[in-house]
Amino acid sequence: MKAKGSVFRYGDNVDTDVIIPARYLNTSDPKELAQHCMEDIDEAFITQVKKGDIIVADKNFGCGSSREHAPIAIKASGISCVIACTFARIFYRNALNIGLPILECPEAASGIASGDEVEVDFDTGTITNLSTQESWKAEPFPEFMQELIKADGLIHYIRQGGMD
Amino acid sequence: MGMTMTQKILAAHAGKQEVRAGQLILAEVDMVLGNDITAPVAVREFEKIGIDKVFDTAKVAIVPDHFTPNKDIKSAEQCKMIREFSKRQGIEHYFEIGEMGIEHALLPEKGLVAAGEVVIGADSHTCTYGALGAFSTGVGSTDMAAGMAVGKAWFKVPPAIKFTLTGKPSQWVSGKDIILHIIGMIGVDGALYSSMEFAGDGIAHLSMDDRFTMANMAIEAGAKNGIFPVDHKTISYLAEHADRSYTAYAPDDDAEYVREYVIDLASLRPTVSFPHLPDNTRTIDEVGDVPIDQVVIGSCTNGRIEDLRIAASILKGRKAAKGMRLIIFPATQKIWKQALQEGLLEIFVDAGAAVSTPTCGPCLGGHMGILAEGERAVATTNRNFVGRMGHPKSEVYLASPAVAAASALTGKITGPDALDHTIGRNQADES
Ligand code: SF4
Repeated sequence: MKAKGSVFRYGDNVDTDVIIPARYLNTSDPKELAQHCMEDIDEAFITQVKKGDIIVADKNFGCGSSREHAPIAIKASGISCVIACTFARIFYRNALNIGLPILECPEAASGIASGDEVEVDFDTGTITNLSTQESWKAEPFPEFMQELIKADGLIHYIRQGGMD
Repeated sequence: MGMTMTQKILAAHAGKQEVRAGQLILAEVDMVLGNDITAPVAVREFEKIGIDKVFDTAKVAIVPDHFTPNKDIKSAEQCKMIREFSKRQGIEHYFEIGEMGIEHALLPEKGLVAAGEVVIGADSHTCTYGALGAFSTGVGSTDMAAGMAVGKAWFKVPPAIKFTLTGKPSQWVSGKDIILHIIGMIGVDGALYSSMEFAGDGIAHLSMDDRFTMANMAIEAGAKNGIFPVDHKTISYLAEHADRSYTAYAPDDDAEYVREYVIDLASLRPTVSFPHLPDNTRTIDEVGDVPIDQVVIGSCTNGRIEDLRIAASILKGRKAAKGMRLIIFPATQKIWKQALQEGLLEIFVDAGAAVSTPTCGPCLGGHMGILAEGERAVATTNRNFVGRMGHPKSEVYLASPAVAAASALTGKITGPDALDHTIGRNQADES
């Protein structure tokens, strides 16, 4: 599986309140949530994002509230993958549980700028910046998490008897 | 190599003799929690699994607290959905308006969490119950759905950071000041993926309400959980609230900690977090002149009876500054009633406060106290992110109930120990 797209670049501590502000949490419809994704730090995001695009950020991406609406909004906006130096732990598990690919790779994060074209190969963990021709390898997921991703999230994993 | 308190609880719930940091485990859970924002998503996911009934109707708690009493039609629809789900499923711990409260104040009060238990909640501040010596952590809605279906959750066993608290805090230093100090010291990702394990003789000076406040904000340092040892205060709290047996775990002497800090509580000062991150802290002596428009006292962090008593002791016989909006929301119905019986509500109203029914309300910029562009609030809540309490260009300063109450009186961020003088002068001006 591969993802390819242009990059939206953010800094440290992007919290779930700016990914999807609480004032929009009176719905859980992914399309409606996506309309307001990143609105409080990047108003242009939702008008510019194209299917397949990639978010790259520095440390502690997704900190704060446990709202799954945050990865849901990102996924529904068309983003194919989030790369960051580190992720906040609840966001990390939520992303895996709903099947939004995320990769921790500080080296890649520092070598990618806003607007760069980036390709990600999830099978090998290889991240390539097509704009600069640099490439990096992210830590592969532990086996259990790979199984979760293969099953397309936790719900399907349980349906297949994974939690028995 | 020994285990920490958190690791022991997780091992017991995973049916293992021993677990190590980094290990992925499947653990049984004793309670699964959701609210009116996260439970609707969880219910939809639950229904996809194809299991008809929740694993145990006594081990699921659903608390509509964020946008309740319903703030608009959409939130009413969300609440209706989880109300009907709870009814259909026979969920024992569904709490309607009139008996409810903010989930993290409500669960311990109702005795739904005890020492040694594992609790997952689709709300990041589920870590609050670490005050009781339980392992509790925030998860997402899909985890909640899975928890409701099979009574289990997957965890990566966290490494631990030890905070040894020594000495006795001074009069105006509360659990809130201690945890703000710690977050300021280690940063909003200072405990990422880790458990924060509190230890030391200083804990004896902390009330249960102080400990709830501190465990509540472990997530603001990125931690998976925060946990306190079980002492006589925990035991009497549990005796009063939870009518069942429980296990008090203690860390092994040779438990492994990736980092250790020793904090002398006597040296701490009232502490305030400036916008827009909880780790942007300053002591009250360093805040300077910060005029404010609104003060909010309440939330799962500081809406308990002791918080209200402290606020009342400062507000008693005094008036909020002209133009100040002072909003006080007791965290549960029981606390509200207790505040009524103790005369605290009258003190608040006389001071010019609006006293709300229990709700998350302004804490997350939901309703009942939203900030306009450029406005500033001092709040006893736990997050001061961009737009957290309203307009993206508004500002939230996090503080203890004492600092919040004192600030409401003067109209700018003020420490309670500066108050007598200031208030005396204001009152003299008026007469
Ligand atoms: S009071 Fe605030 S932090 Fe606590 S559960 Fe409600 S919204 Fe979350």
